[in-house]
Amino acid sequence: MSADTGEKLVYMVNQIARNLTHESNPADVIARHVITFWSPRMKTTFLDWVAAHGLAGLEPAAQAAHTLLAGAGADAA
Amino acid sequence: MGYERQADFGTPEVKSDITVTVNIDGRAVSVPAGTTVMRAAALSGGSIPKLCASDNLKQFGSCRLCLVEIDGMRGTPASCTTPVAEGMQVHTQTPGLQKLRKGVMELYISDHPLDCLTCSANNDCELQDQAAAVGLRDVRYGYAGENHLGEQADTSNPYFDFDPSKCIACSRCVRACDEVQGTFALTIEGRGFASKVSAGAASDSFLSSECVSCGACVQACPTATLQEKAVKEIGKPERAVVTTCAYCGVGCTFRAEMRGEQLVRMVPWKDGKANRGHSCVKGRFAWGYAQHQERVLSPMIRERIDQPWREVSWDEALAYTASELKRIATKYGRNALGGITSSRCTNEETFLVQKLVRAGFGNNNVDTCARVCHSPTGYGLKTTFGTSAGTQDFDSVEDSDVMLVIGANPTDGHPVFASRMKRRLRKGAKLIVIDPRRTDLVRSPHLEADFHLPLRPGTNVAVLSAMAHVIVTEGLVDEAFVRERCDWDEFSHWAEFVSQERNSPEFLEPVTGVPAADLRGAARLFATGGNGAIYYGLGVTEHSQGSSTVMAIANLAMATGNIGRRGVGVNPLRGQNNVQGACDMGSFPHELSGYRHVSDAGARALFEAEWGVAIDPEPGLRIPNMLDAATDGEFKAIYIQGEDILQSDPDTKHVSAGLAAMECVIVHDLFLNETAHYAHVFLPGSTFLEKNGTFTNAERRIQPVRKVMEPLNGPKGNGLEDWQVTQELARAMGLDWNYTHPREIMDEIARLTPSFAGVSFARLDAEGSLQWPVTNAAPNGSPIMHIDGFVRGKGKFVVTDYVPTDERTGPRFPLLLTTGRILSQYNVGAQTRRTANSVWHSEDLLEVHPQDAENRGLKSGDRARLASRAGETTLRVTVTDRVAPGVVYTTFHHPATQANVVTTDFSDWATNCPEYKVTAVQITPSNGPSEWQEGYEALAQRARRIETQEAAE
Repeated sequence: MSADTGEKLVYMVNQIARNLTHESNPADVIARHVITFWSPRMKTTFLDWVAAHGLAGLEPAAQAAHTLLAGAGADAA
Repeated sequence: MGYERQADFGTPEVKSDITVTVNIDGRAVSVPAGTTVMRAAALSGGSIPKLCASDNLKQFGSCRLCLVEIDGMRGTPASCTTPVAEGMQVHTQTPGLQKLRKGVMELYISDHPLDCLTCSANNDCELQDQAAAVGLRDVRYGYAGENHLGEQADTSNPYFDFDPSKCIACSRCVRACDEVQGTFALTIEGRGFASKVSAGAASDSFLSSECVSCGACVQACPTATLQEKAVKEIGKPERAVVTTCAYCGVGCTFRAEMRGEQLVRMVPWKDGKANRGHSCVKGRFAWGYAQHQERVLSPMIRERIDQPWREVSWDEALAYTASELKRIATKYGRNALGGITSSRCTNEETFLVQKLVRAGFGNNNVDTCARVCHSPTGYGLKTTFGTSAGTQDFDSVEDSDVMLVIGANPTDGHPVFASRMKRRLRKGAKLIVIDPRRTDLVRSPHLEADFHLPLRPGTNVAVLSAMAHVIVTEGLVDEAFVRERCDWDEFSHWAEFVSQERNSPEFLEPVTGVPAADLRGAARLFATGGNGAIYYGLGVTEHSQGSSTVMAIANLAMATGNIGRRGVGVNPLRGQNNVQGACDMGSFPHELSGYRHVSDAGARALFEAEWGVAIDPEPGLRIPNMLDAATDGEFKAIYIQGEDILQSDPDTKHVSAGLAAMECVIVHDLFLNETAHYAHVFLPGSTFLEKNGTFTNAERRIQPVRKVMEPLNGPKGNGLEDWQVTQELARAMGLDWNYTHPREIMDEIARLTPSFAGVSFARLDAEGSLQWPVTNAAPNGSPIMHIDGFVRGKGKFVVTDYVPTDERTGPRFPLLLTTGRILSQYNVGAQTRRTANSVWHSEDLLEVHPQDAENRGLKSGDRARLASRAGETTLRVTVTDRVAPGVVYTTFHHPATQANVVTTDFSDWATNCPEYKVTAVQITPSNGPSEWQEGYEALAQRARRIETQEAAE
């Protein structure tokens, strides 16, 4: 995994978050979007990048979505 | 089918609830009230002589050949202009009429060359037929008088000639140009004996005139005055096959007219429900690429991309490819493999490629070129309506009262449908165009948009929010529709959002650049003008908010009650011939055919039972993610059927880096395209003329593609259609596939895909075409969708807030570049550049507003350097006020231009559809090609080397 790819995925999650701010439960919808459309490699790369770099680069709703995704990842494992 | 002219009933069909019965030469016939005597006679099985009449043109009454006698009426009225009346007794063949018709015919023939034996009409001539029909024996006037013989022919058009000596001034060509095509390029110059067909001004030739070379005039001509050069050169066709065009998403039906294995011409078929007998310069004439010398006909392989290609047998190529794919899967894991299906290929071929990936490679790493065009349509319409497709058929436009065209340039991109739109607009429908450029639809002969909103690129969502603001705050919502069909809470949430002051046209005017008063006027017109239909194209989808824009469009249609009947709807104008089909066939990494998510265990079970393998329940990689994974060293092999991602995808440097990092790139195509520079295996493809299958057009219409000649990519009779190549590759990898004809693949699609349940080749042959869903509930297909309710249940309003793109202008890059297509060229140009269409467009030009050009010391014809944050290229400038100040525009048809070196990797938030339509750029005068262009040219030459075989001793 390159840093570029990780950063790109963080950018994508933030972009998704900015477009879903008006949902009643944005974190759920963002997480569901990622689960529905991203390959396992993309999800893992994203989670790994955040694990290494922290949540600071994520919009607030994306941070909450990350928490859901990380939990789902743990469940799946 | 042998070769004979398609039946012509003389005058157009009339629709009426009242039926009238008349008697023609003793035969009773019942027809709709308003039908002409000529048409009634034709419907009764008779034939009244005619020259100026044709059933795709309004009656004209000029040739005087169709005179008839009607009991109780004085004189001999022209049957083409006389409507039937109840009980009318008509006589079409009497001695008196025979005499009159002979007299008329004598006058025509006295001024017509008598070279029938050598004429290029090859006896396929209506004038000759009518002379026979009236029994002409001699011409009493002789041939010595003043005449029009010996006039200079106009051969300027690359596809057809105009020989005025043979013209009978029937005006059919002029009327076809006006009524069918809507270009008004032709006219009759002079009066009386001096009447003469003229293209444009007197000084113009056909080529220099406004003629768009659609072929309508050639088709309309009853003599050899306007005739295809190919017919002149090759002669009369001897057999014909009805098939479907392989250019844009309109999906015109054509009759391929053949002489042996040689295609003589493509003629639009009147029974085609998408085109109704019309065509454009691409489908009608630009098929020469199929026999172009640059077509690669032998499989080729090489171990490294710096080596020259080596031609090999099909067996060797397939064995090598399969062994490489297996080696890579073993070494790097199954997820290192993937494939790209083609929107150019048939449904059956696309289905097999995704089946190879899912069942053979064992993953969902399959994507398609819809990723870079209409993936936001799939996402947006599925979310709001429940189906990833447009809601109407093309005929629906005949009942539209207001058309809202946003981000589409149909006269160039979808010309045959544009002609139908223009016909409706000339009859009084209103038009709103939302586009940064003044497209031809905004103002053309006999047509002017009621509103043109020239928005700043990237502000679609803001404009649509402002329109919604006006509709909601001025009380123009169709509340009854919304209450009955949509989720009221979601609507209320949306209505509250769009009503906010920050979504008003006045507040957003500085952002969108659209005058608030115009925007308010357009919104009011759309909401109150009757049946409102929205047509959109890639100017909607290819943005960072592409999916939001599609949903904003759906919101607007629902709020105004414009869904579920003729004349209304949300209509994506699809780019490629089979992009709808490619999406339907499960080409996306998260969906099986029929748009069922791979996590749907029930859907997966169907496929697993049919294919005998487990389907991965996790989504695979999209094209840009495949390229990312490749540069990360984790994605190593790709099978690309019929797509040129290096030229068509954004940020060329990113694409080339990804391809260069792979160990096995398989390109399956007609030509050594740009992507093939990075390929290790080249599998020669077959054209649409060389295969059987189906395409699905923008109306969800599944149409037959029929083989008219053997594939050229193998010894005579042993060439392979593209589905056969994929099957052979699958077999080489150990899969037990045994399809003997694409009909068997369609049967499998129907078994596995509920919306295709009633589709089969036999039914398509019987019906001509079918619009999915074709189910027990809708056995004859579904021209209009969401009639009694939305597919998803309640229509879903989605709040679409305007989020500006991160691609911003600034001091270094102060202009916005947007891209598009031109009529004569098609997409990456692989086909049209290899035809005479290049006479109209030999290079990509950069449109620049006069003010911006002057500030930079540029004038039309100058070469300019076009630079963005991603890269730079050079191209010639054309100065025009079609674009607004601050906006520049170009096409991407020529590889030398490399417009995608400049575009960025920003993309739609939901689907990653690239943001082609907004790039911040600077332009400066330039002396010659950029370093990249020069380097690329050298790479292309090196990459295309083919090892020459040494002659045998």
